Amino acid sequence: MKNTERDYSHIKGWGIDADPLDVPAYPMKRRTENDNKGMIWERPAQQPAMVEVLHSNERPGLSAVFGTPNPPAGLSGKIRRFAFRYSESMIRHWLLLLIADRVNMIEGVHQDIQSGHVPDFFSELGGKSELKYNKPGLIRKIALGSLITIVAVAWLGRKRR
Amino acid sequence: MLAMNYRGPYRVRLDRNKPMPEIEHSSDAIVRVTRSCICGSDLHLYHGLVPDTRVGTTFGHEFIGVVEEIGDAVQNLKVGDNVLVPFNIACGKCVFCEQQLYGNCHESNPEATAVGGIFGYSHTAGGFDGGQAEYVRVPYADVGPTVIPADMDHDNAVLLTDVFPTGYQAAEMGGIKPGDTVVVFGAGPVGIMAAKSAWLFGAGRVIVIDHLEYRLEFVKNFAQCEVYNFRSLGDVVLFLKKTTDWLGADVCIDAVGCEAAGDAMQTITGRKLMLQSGSATALHWAINSVKKGGIVSIVGVYGPTGNLIPIGNVVNKGITIRANQASVKRLLPKLIDHIQSGRVDPKQIITHRIPLEEVSDAYHIFSAKLDNCIKPILIPPSARK
Repeated sequence: MKNTERDYSHIKGWGIDADPLDVPAYPMKRRTENDNKGMIWERPAQQPAMVEVLHSNERPGLSAVFGTPNPPAGLSGKIRRFAFRYSESMIRHWLLLLIADRVNMIEGVHQDIQSGHVPDFFSELGGKSELKYNKPGLIRKIALGSLITIVAVAWLGRKRR
Repeated sequence: MLAMNYRGPYRVRLDRNKPMPEIEHSSDAIVRVTRSCICGSDLHLYHGLVPDTRVGTTFGHEFIGVVEEIGDAVQNLKVGDNVLVPFNIACGKCVFCEQQLYGNCHESNPEATAVGGIFGYSHTAGGFDGGQAEYVRVPYADVGPTVIPADMDHDNAVLLTDVFPTGYQAAEMGGIKPGDTVVVFGAGPVGIMAAKSAWLFGAGRVIVIDHLEYRLEFVKNFAQCEVYNFRSLGDVVLFLKKTTDWLGADVCIDAVGCEAAGDAMQTITGRKLMLQSGSATALHWAINSVKKGGIVSIVGVYGPTGNLIPIGNVVNKGITIRANQASVKRLLPKLIDHIQSGRVDPKQIITHRIPLEEVSDAYHIFSAKLDNCIKPILIPPSARK
């Protein structure tokens, strides 16, 4: 016990939850009779899998519920399926998923264009708010981007010559 | 319906024609969203740091709304109920839910065993769409969703879905004893609530560390704590040692997670090159500035691979590390009481109310810390009438 002689009356509720018997200090395990018995609980009804759902190989099958949006598809889907051959403990599992995410980003742009929608990158990147609240920053970014582009083009042009 | 739509790192837009969610399981409900927040951890998705974040995903795990439809097996909710929906998707039956570890449910996420299902938080957290939309599918509707008390301000209700419980559990896991010195790293929404909650456990001194002056100014007034800007401290750990009689703090809370600033090596290897699961600067500082035998409580979000932290110091100092996703459902009765009794008023942290239609700008404002943003909430058109 220290510092408690100070006056904390200006702090509403000071110490109100300090009862050590009422602080479960999660995540310490509060053992129940069903601990150490495996997956014996009465499982909720299984959600039917109407789309492809990948599952970790660290579990025997699907959880009772799951999300169904954006099932794996295209090249990114192939990479994701491959990633799920490896357990969550393997770094290649996660790196493959990150690679799939970047491929998926390109697929997204391609799909947009195929469906007649040209992505508005300026708006999607929050350009309007940058213009409103950070105009000097936006100008700096545009200037830096332009400079990098000019240097890159000049350097590539020199190599060709 | 209108919904936020992720297109890739730093790119989100409003989808005007997202299909309405449907009942896919007898325990589901469909909720019409009336408020949804952007969480600091949504920014990890937005920045492309969370593996298996698929293009087309709708984010949002902090939301409230009105029950529009229920599955055949739902008994505790009825159409028209105003509900707050914990960010954890929990079955209530598995051995982890039985232990009230609702953030660790084993029946809500097929894609990863290390994390339970979370709304709108990538396929690594179950592949569910989130609440930054007009409507959302809510599984296990009898377990998580809680009817909002009639006298509760809905701005406070939406902050009970994650921010307040996470900050409170950070303090709870710290095992704070009366008189303890508690250091909170991060003056974001969760850090602010952790600092406020530390007093409820009888902390003797609460110190918050960040580098954004406007947030430090806010938390100093909101949580009546000491604040320091690490940019002006030089060596943060040395400063904390000096100000705690050279021994260190009793409890350190990492309320930042994987996008911490303050250390060039961590920033480059974690956030830029992604050679580790983000930048672990705050956790590094927490471990090194807690006293021997002290407790480090982690609620900041990290990725699933690994991070550079001084684990040798954890051993040599005999530190206890406690960490988890907040068990929102377990904490709700206590936190509702704290709000209703006036001890805590979380809604003060809301700085921006933005129409759902302007979701791209909302993300950028929050991510780039523009316009002194602390907590933005998105309001769908139907809730603005």
